[in-house]
Amino acid sequence: MTLSDHLGYAFTALRGARLRSGLMLLAMAIGVAAVVVLSALGEGARRYVVGEFASLGTHLLIVLPGRNETTGGAPPLVSETPRDLTLDDAEALKRSRHVRLVAPINVGAATVSWGGREREAVVMGATHEIYEVRHFTMAQGSFLPHGDVRHPQPVAVLGARVKRELFGAAPALGERIRIGERRFRVIGVLQEQGQSLGMNTDDLAIIPVMAAQSLFNVNTLFRILVEAPSREAIEPAQRHVIATLKARHDGEEDVTVITQESVLATFDRILGALTMTVSGIAAISLVVAGVLIMNVMLVAVAQRTAEIGLLKALGAPARAIQYLFLAEAALLSLLGAAIGLAIGQASTALLRHLYPALPFGAPLWAIIAAILVALGTGLAFGVLPARRAARLDPVQALARR
Amino acid sequence: MIRLQGIERIFDVGGQQEHALRDINLCVERGDYISIMGPSGSGKSTLLNIIGLLDRPSAGRYEFEQRDITALSDNEQAQVRREHIGFVFQFFHLIPRLTAAENIELPLVLSGVPTAQRRARVAQTLKAYGLAERAHHRPEQLSGGQRQRVAIGRATIIEPGLLLADEPTGNLDRTSGHEVVEILEQLNARGITLVVVTHDPELGQRARRRLHMVDGAIVEDMGHGA
Repeated sequence: MTLSDHLGYAFTALRGARLRSGLMLLAMAIGVAAVVVLSALGEGARRYVVGEFASLGTHLLIVLPGRNETTGGAPPLVSETPRDLTLDDAEALKRSRHVRLVAPINVGAATVSWGGREREAVVMGATHEIYEVRHFTMAQGSFLPHGDVRHPQPVAVLGARVKRELFGAAPALGERIRIGERRFRVIGVLQEQGQSLGMNTDDLAIIPVMAAQSLFNVNTLFRILVEAPSREAIEPAQRHVIATLKARHDGEEDVTVITQESVLATFDRILGALTMTVSGIAAISLVVAGVLIMNVMLVAVAQRTAEIGLLKALGAPARAIQYLFLAEAALLSLLGAAIGLAIGQASTALLRHLYPALPFGAPLWAIIAAILVALGTGLAFGVLPARRAARLDPVQALARR
Repeated sequence: MIRLQGIERIFDVGGQQEHALRDINLCVERGDYISIMGPSGSGKSTLLNIIGLLDRPSAGRYEFEQRDITALSDNEQAQVRREHIGFVFQFFHLIPRLTAAENIELPLVLSGVPTAQRRARVAQTLKAYGLAERAHHRPEQLSGGQRQRVAIGRATIIEPGLLLADEPTGNLDRTSGHEVVEILEQLNARGITLVVVTHDPELGQRARRRLHMVDGAIVEDMGHGA
């Protein structure tokens, strides 16, 4: 018997018991659809988070003061006060081919006012480099100019909401505003960007980093953002940053360098594992469907005993009969999987339509795994009934009508 | 064609041994027309099952075309059935969800005959048994006589040397029963060895050689060598 003969015969058998086959298909379809939808949800969350990180800048390293490490053990006898990061540190980092941009930043809160209105805003001290590192876009005017970092002009760039709330519809460019006790001239307004990793750029007021230092009366930096020229350069850049700062801080390694890659990889891993877990739970329903298939096949063997006896009388070897029933189980699982896939993809499309912000989509591995698990359980649970059919005694089987 | 020597068949019924066949010795020549008669439980169906390789003897030797097949494996016996033996049953044993044509085609499917060849042979067989117009009817849409003709078509499409019929008319009215017997006898006239098990003395008397069985033994063998 050829494979197509087996499948053709199995198909007539399934068609012969429509209700039973239909219910089976439904069970299998629900299982596969559950895997597809749940993995699509997980994958959507993962892609969303990864996308958010990517918007932070592509080959980014974040340098923060202090050694952020838990080593355990006794506290050191000589206290190691971490040195703060300074503008000089930032300057020093620029001298490497593994570093493309260095953006020192300072952050604080201050009152921003214009005319009679005032508002609390997050004030970020920065240099021109931050524009590229954070992928800002301008709605109006220009960003902080290049130029002497040490002797900056008193200029400010406003986030979209800060501008709106202070100026309303009135033009802001060229206007003088007050931030804390100092005056700044507005030279640009940022494009509305919304939330990006917990920091809303719409609520920012950006001023030159030196101006921020004197505004907040500090001579230190909050962070230094370093961008490597390529993905491959991230590691050398990280080594360069640590080595340079260690040398500048009397041989003490008192800074922490977080690469965006490592943060991203961590999130990727966590959310990937979550997706796998959820899909795995959904896959349990596939196994349940497999048990149902076994049940149905056992009933089919019992109902078709006379038919099996006849096949034996016609000279079908035990193997052929086993394959016939396995083909039935395989057909049931594959058809069920196909229907489930269609339902799953349709539901995913509906979800995408309802929540356009989240990139739902079942990953290919989940789809392939769902189909394989469906087929695998179908066949695995089909073996027992198929064996039972193949082992029937032809004389007794024929006696049953 | 067939030589049975000292065939015994013992069933184990609730711990008690029951002799269904006792020391059966039988030679069947190619082209023979044999009927096996006897009361219920005389072992005639058991004998037919053993000749048809559906059952194995407990003791004795079975030669089919000069070949000892007692010791063949299940798969080898299945192959002998597939190629040389056709069965006709009292209750037809057609597969209800398949059409007449598909039922007749089944042995060819099991033998792996290519589809195109299958079609032609099925069409030919349908025509030979006057079923051409019923080709796409399912068994439930056929009369008893038509069903048994489909079953005979299925049994003969592989052109077997041996045709075994177990009460072939037992479930038919007189007219269709007569029709079926004539078909079987025509097949025998063309060289097929025919063995019929029956209760019906009228049918049994038609055979050239008539065996009578009682309690698992052949007590009468008439017409042999005539």
